[in-house]
Amino acid sequence: MSEDSFIIGGRELSSRLFTGTGKYGDDAVIPDVCAASGSEVITVALRRVDLDAATGNVMDHIPDHMQLLPNTSGARTADEAVRIARLARAMGCGDWIKIEVISDNRYLLPDGFETVKATEILAKEGFVVLPYVNADLYVAKALADAGAAAVMPLGAPIGTNRGLKTREMVRILIEEIELPIIVDAGIGRPSEACEAMEMGADAVLVNTAIATAADPVRMAAAFGDAVRAGREAYLAGPGAKRVLADASSPLTGFLGGR
Amino acid sequence: MNVTVNGGEMELSSDATVLTLLELKNLPSTGVVVERNGDIVPGEAFAITALEDGDHLEVLRFVGGG
Repeated sequence: MSEDSFIIGGRELSSRLFTGTGKYGDDAVIPDVCAASGSEVITVALRRVDLDAATGNVMDHIPDHMQLLPNTSGARTADEAVRIARLARAMGCGDWIKIEVISDNRYLLPDGFETVKATEILAKEGFVVLPYVNADLYVAKALADAGAAAVMPLGAPIGTNRGLKTREMVRILIEEIELPIIVDAGIGRPSEACEAMEMGADAVLVNTAIATAADPVRMAAAFGDAVRAGREAYLAGPGAKRVLADASSPLTGFLGGR
Repeated sequence: MNVTVNGGEMELSSDATVLTLLELKNLPSTGVVVERNGDIVPGEAFAITALEDGDHLEVLRFVGGG
């Protein structure tokens, strides 16, 4: 990779598709999803151990080469997110953290103010901070000032598979923010991931759309292809749109003469 | 002594450590993170961190998430 390197937290990534580990019917499919998607970054959450019932360990299914991206889901304030981030780092799996601060239970929309506060604290502590936020220019600027490693605007509410509803605001972030823009949440179809990449997003994070597909491994492969296609199209530079037709074939030299 | 673990009460012997607690619950000492009274206990300190009556402990681990 030379012209199209993608570096976050000092790590060079060849895939621009990030995946999650939630909602799989069987976590044993996760290694095949990683392989099929080509993804190199994978999210996990932190929860209390059930002391009275043995449960499977999701970590047993995450291939060693994957960059772990723990999230702070469950946090309702900046302080809670900071606490979860420190606990996640104490697990010894690196210093990447996806900040999620949510107190709206209906749409699970992220709290920009608290997210900026948490980002500021954690970036100073040496975390590679990837904040999940609304596609808001001012929040994104504040995150850049706070030391975020990327900005992760939502496409649509978490888990809805509704696609790139925030398209215009994401476009503005791509245009105005120097940090990598990673569209996270709401992406439901490979075509939507492809569109985000065509627009110039640096990466997309997909969990529900893959995990809840009838065939998660096949869907993972489809998302991998879509993200690569979108990125290639962005780099290739799409032609201009026009209102009126513009013939692709010459308009002179017709048979019969004119 | 009595301690609170993940919100529930537990009775432990007076010489119990973090490692004792994990072993009692058949939990591996790797792959979990422990918070004692709000402070993270480093994994290498599990065996030497003695618990005290009234301690509040959180034992967490990674689960599937997006």
